[in-house]
Amino acid sequence: MSYEDWYREDRLPHIFCAGCGNGTIINCTLAAVDSMGWKKEDTVFVSGIGCSSRAPGYILTDSLHTTHGRAIAFATGVKMAKPDLHVVVFTGDGDMAAIGGNHFIHACRRNIDLTVVCMNNQIYGMTGGQGSPTTPKGCLSSTTPFGCAETPFDLCDLATAAGANYVSRWTSYHVKELEKAVKAGLETPGFSFIEVLVQCPTAFGRRNKFRQVADHVEYLRAHSLLKAKRDRMIEQGEDIPADMFVVGEIMRRQRPALGVKP
Amino acid sequence: MTSRLEFWQGNTACAEGALAAGCNFFGGYPITPSTEVAEHMAAKLPKKGGVFIQMEDEIASMASIIGAAWTGARAMTATSGPGFSLMMENIGFAAMTETPCVVVNVQRGGPSTGQPTMSAQGDMMQVRFGSHGDYAIIALCPATVQEMYELTVKAFNLADKYRVPVFLMADETIGHMREKILVPDKVDRVARKPFVPGTPPFRVTDPDLIPGFPQFGTGEHVHVTGLTHDERGYPCATNPKLHGSLVKRLVDKIENARYEMADYDVINPAAEQVFIAYGAPVRTVQQVMHNKKDTNIGFLRIRTVWPFPEKALAEFKNAKRFLVPEMNLGQIAREIERHVRVPVRSIPKLGGELHTPAELVEALEEKS
Repeated sequence: MSYEDWYREDRLPHIFCAGCGNGTIINCTLAAVDSMGWKKEDTVFVSGIGCSSRAPGYILTDSLHTTHGRAIAFATGVKMAKPDLHVVVFTGDGDMAAIGGNHFIHACRRNIDLTVVCMNNQIYGMTGGQGSPTTPKGCLSSTTPFGCAETPFDLCDLATAAGANYVSRWTSYHVKELEKAVKAGLETPGFSFIEVLVQCPTAFGRRNKFRQVADHVEYLRAHSLLKAKRDRMIEQGEDIPADMFVVGEIMRRQRPALGVKP
Repeated sequence: MTSRLEFWQGNTACAEGALAAGCNFFGGYPITPSTEVAEHMAAKLPKKGGVFIQMEDEIASMASIIGAAWTGARAMTATSGPGFSLMMENIGFAAMTETPCVVVNVQRGGPSTGQPTMSAQGDMMQVRFGSHGDYAIIALCPATVQEMYELTVKAFNLADKYRVPVFLMADETIGHMREKILVPDKVDRVARKPFVPGTPPFRVTDPDLIPGFPQFGTGEHVHVTGLTHDERGYPCATNPKLHGSLVKRLVDKIENARYEMADYDVINPAAEQVFIAYGAPVRTVQQVMHNKKDTNIGFLRIRTVWPFPEKALAEFKNAKRFLVPEMNLGQIAREIERHVRVPVRSIPKLGGELHTPAELVEALEEKS
């Protein structure tokens, strides 16, 4: 099998905009899932509301497309009731970090055996481009027309502090790294969180000087700072530029997990 | 069938009824005056191989039981007013996705935080209409500790049969009251309608309008969404005809079955003055009936408040007036008014105390 076998072909074409990076992330996730050798009937995809959350609708497994922000809470019910099932959650920055923030930190605290892939486009795409909890300072959106004045969340720091067993961040540019990271997440018992920064030409790029999709993907690549390098820079007392973000495996540990069959 | 005698609190009876009915998943959040249900489940459920999880809020509680239900679990939560308000969005999701689950609301005084330790019936309209959009649900109202047990069992059976969230709309009085209860050794269980493998998951072929249940993990690859969906379960949110027929079916499958599931007692059907009650006020009406011993006083005691069994009203052919004591400002009295041509006298009682028999007698004897 390959990742393509996991698609629900009679649902295509998809609703994502031209140039959207969500498809890249779904491909990488499905490639990782496929490499686990799991059966489709034992795998469940869960999502909330937003562009990211349309992903399970295109996957040929049992899938639960729920209410805004609540995907992780629904997934908790699925996993606790039937620990034999492999449960993967697709979510986004608005869905998971704003309206669903409480469910996110508590799932990390419980360290429940879910893998959560967060497509962070730094904006509300589905509703037309409003600011989100991860919109960078100064960026334009329809609700931050003079530039975002608030400080964004670092979702990986949040997951680490709240207790998740596995945390990593990549971008839609880093497809090989992302696939490996999702696989590591799937393999790690407990809560696994993979944040993926992704371009959104329609809602984010157009307002923030990324006229071409490739410009935005290149920006994501150029501003990625490998965790190992970041750690070295800190050791040597170097300043870390404010517009850089850390990518790589941020946390991997084996704290006791919930929802794992003994 | 044999049974044993116990002396239980209403909330304990509810939890024991759930266990007897095969409840194997409880997701909840502490709230007065329902907490004993969760506490009892926390102690008992793991020993029976079930799952108890305390969620971070009532939104998550409702979400967790829906997730569990799709894996085949008999799932339940319990709450009271403020938590019930938080559950509303996911209750709509359960209705839209036809997810069988049971929600217990031990009602307290509202609005807002109101009277946490006092009794009320203020959520009777919220349970029917509280989530957005049109839908239908089933709501049961116990008036005794015995009924806390029996109606909880019934709630699970109705939820599985009709694929709908079913509500046990108790109140603080019954939830915290202790009285004698006969616990049966065994209770009836109704299974979900089996799914025909390989067919579209939301296809309806039976006149009861209920689709078979395609459980997660059985290889049906079912897509469950709160969006308007076709019989394959796929989103079709901009198709006006499909949305209309889906919502109509969700409502009709419950409303059409209202007499099949109706549960009420008719006492003195030839009477001219007729009390109608559900939940705790039933007990005060019973006291008045006992004191008066007058066959010209009728009593309609309702256990299935939603869907409202309006035909029951027609059994009182000589009725000149219906008297409706409720621990709210007349929520179900208004529903009764829609169905009858004679005066309906609402007897509201706020504040958390039961109606006294004298208050009902006063309403009974007033010149209309």
